[in-house]
Amino acid sequence: MAGNKGRGRAAYTFNIEAVGFSKGEKLPDVVLKPPPLFPDTDYKPVPLKTGEGEEYMLALKQELRETMKRMPYFIETPEERQDIERYSKRYMKVYKEEWIPDWRRLPREMMPRNKCKKAGPKPKKAKDAGKGTSLTNTADVLKKIEELEKRDDGEKSDEENEDKEGSKEKSKEGDDDDDDDAAEQEEYDEEEQEEENDYINSYFEDGDDFGADSDDNMDEATY
Amino acid sequence: MTQAEIKLCSLLLQEHFGEIVEKIGVHLIRTGSQPLRVIAHDTGTSLDQVKKALCVLIQHNLVSYQVHKRGVVEYEAQCSRVLRMLRYPRYIYTTKTLYSDTGELIVEELLLNGKLTMSAVVKKVADRLTETMEDGKTMDYAEVSNTFVRLADTHFVQRCPSVPTTENSDPGPPPPAPTLVINEKDMYLVPKLSLIGKGKRRRSSDEDAAGEPKAKRPKHTTDNKEPIPDDGIYWQANLDRFHQHFRDQAIVSAVANRMDQTSSEIVRTMLRMSEITTSSSAPFTQPLSSNEIFRSLPVGYNISKQVLDQYLTLLADDPLEFVGKSGDSGGGMYVISILTTCHLLSSFLSRFGSRCARIFRLVLQKKHLEQKQVEDFAMIPAKEAKDMLYKMLSENFMSLQEIPKTPDHAPSRTFYLYTVNILSAARMLLHRCYKSIANLIERRQFETKENKRLLEKSQRVEAIIASMQATGAEEAQLQEIEEMITAPERQQLETLKRNVNKLDASEIQVDETIFLLESYIECTMKRQ
Repeated sequence: MAGNKGRGRAAYTFNIEAVGFSKGEKLPDVVLKPPPLFPDTDYKPVPLKTGEGEEYMLALKQELRETMKRMPYFIETPEERQDIERYSKRYMKVYKEEWIPDWRRLPREMMPRNKCKKAGPKPKKAKDAGKGTSLTNTADVLKKIEELEKRDDGEKSDEENEDKEGSKEKSKEGDDDDDDDAAEQEEYDEEEQEEENDYINSYFEDGDDFGADSDDNMDEATY
Repeated sequence: MTQAEIKLCSLLLQEHFGEIVEKIGVHLIRTGSQPLRVIAHDTGTSLDQVKKALCVLIQHNLVSYQVHKRGVVEYEAQCSRVLRMLRYPRYIYTTKTLYSDTGELIVEELLLNGKLTMSAVVKKVADRLTETMEDGKTMDYAEVSNTFVRLADTHFVQRCPSVPTTENSDPGPPPPAPTLVINEKDMYLVPKLSLIGKGKRRRSSDEDAAGEPKAKRPKHTTDNKEPIPDDGIYWQANLDRFHQHFRDQAIVSAVANRMDQTSSEIVRTMLRMSEITTSSSAPFTQPLSSNEIFRSLPVGYNISKQVLDQYLTLLADDPLEFVGKSGDSGGGMYVISILTTCHLLSSFLSRFGSRCARIFRLVLQKKHLEQKQVEDFAMIPAKEAKDMLYKMLSENFMSLQEIPKTPDHAPSRTFYLYTVNILSAARMLLHRCYKSIANLIERRQFETKENKRLLEKSQRVEAIIASMQATGAEEAQLQEIEEMITAPERQQLETLKRNVNKLDASEIQVDETIFLLESYIECTMKRQ
């Protein structure tokens, strides 16, 4: 398709007049850079609609945004420890309800694995006595140590203490009347806190979910 | 999913659920269906966090799961459902106009929580309503239940698929994931509950009434000592029904614009009658006889039967075919979508100028036009016309159709006709809308972040003032506190507020456009 490039003179294959340039006129320059980021528009955009409905929806939207942040579905990213523990941070914590999904509707692999089933009733009692004190934590941990033999208990209790103190978003306010659904909730909490360490937790667990779990392909040591 | 959609989804998820959920959600949208382990591996988040995020997403109907062979469960995200989150305020406002505050709160709770049991909804709504009422009055559960039943009857809320109840236990191990089923008939069946009770008012910690149990803190959960009667039956908001309602509204307003109020009322009546009989995506409504229409006209419109017939004939003869005679009535979906799309496109083109809009409408009407003809018909000087045509061409609103005169397709001997392909133009416009909303959200977040310090300061000051007023402080002290925010800072706050409001309002309105475009594209694709 080389065509006749024209001996020294450009000749268009189509009627140049149709495009809008008269013969011999200077063609506009070739654009060598991307278009500007904020081009000038000749015409102003149509103004926004205003009305009672629109205003109500606006207020609703902003309210919804705020509410969403406070719901238990909003999972905050765990912040790294700041260098200085700010005093005001303690008073700006947002109280959040815990939410337990309906496990019957979800695939089995979603459930956090219940390592603490054996330690079930005891941590509940221990926590009720007043959370946030390291005394109960050690008491609680000691109980677990008794039951679970094959673990690195020493590091574990330290980790747990640290986690419990460091986690500001967990339900740490002293609510002593938090008795009813504490069991499942506590287990769930424990799970989250325990998983934050690097230790491989799923050694032999007395046949609990072992082999039937979909996680059994994980690269953990099995003997 | 286009990049623009993915970006918008990511922004929405981040705003509503936080970064972890956003990461997981966007990953699923991008890569399609995946099992749990792969998600955790690819996104680099811990398994536990992935589980939590997926629970949240599934609860809100944004992710669904499927059991594949060998027991692997795969999760898939619904991108379009994520984009619906933009429309929440509109849904809630619509319910408010139809069912007043009670209905509004019901839908709001359902949207905020994804799915809920009826008793949970009723309880929450009653509590919220009680708080807004005057002291001493409480909201009865029965009233809330009634509104709920009405919502279910008109299909605005529907049941979620539930776990099938098996009488005998399975011989083998239970399946890795329940397969949720829903019976068509049961979708709107309200369980027989006798919810007796009244809403509880949440007292502040200062005034702790003696009789009130202390479990009124934000952390209080339902009394799970008693078994929940409708356990396992979850309800969700039926978004399709809302969309149908919006469509009907658009149709009615279009008719009202084109003709007068009465004819729009007639059309509205017709649409309302076929609300439940027609499925939401049918192109035409069921045929309705004029007698039926006459009977169902709202009271107060005492027009005689003859006048009604006249109106119907008028509607039927209208070139835009709102109503078709005998046979099927109501070319609802199809035609109105075209109508609204035209309005949209021309209003968008008003950005390019009214002349562009004129050209556009012209080409639309005549289907194919040569360049010269465009100039003649639109009565616009040649140079300008060419300029605009090429601009629209480059933006892909127009396309060229070649009609060769000679077999060798020589350019100088070929007709080039301009034509408008609405479907592709609509798609392009939709894409632009997504991009613009993403920009709006980002700008809003940027503005808020810039002034974060100032915002926090003003919040603190307000809190101080409020607490001081509660404890009864003097005027002078309050003045002093207020002056903590200097005048230029106040100005800055004002500007910020105005900007954020404007950005939010724009988001809402662009979303309206998106709705129209999406429904048009959807129904056009169906017809093909």
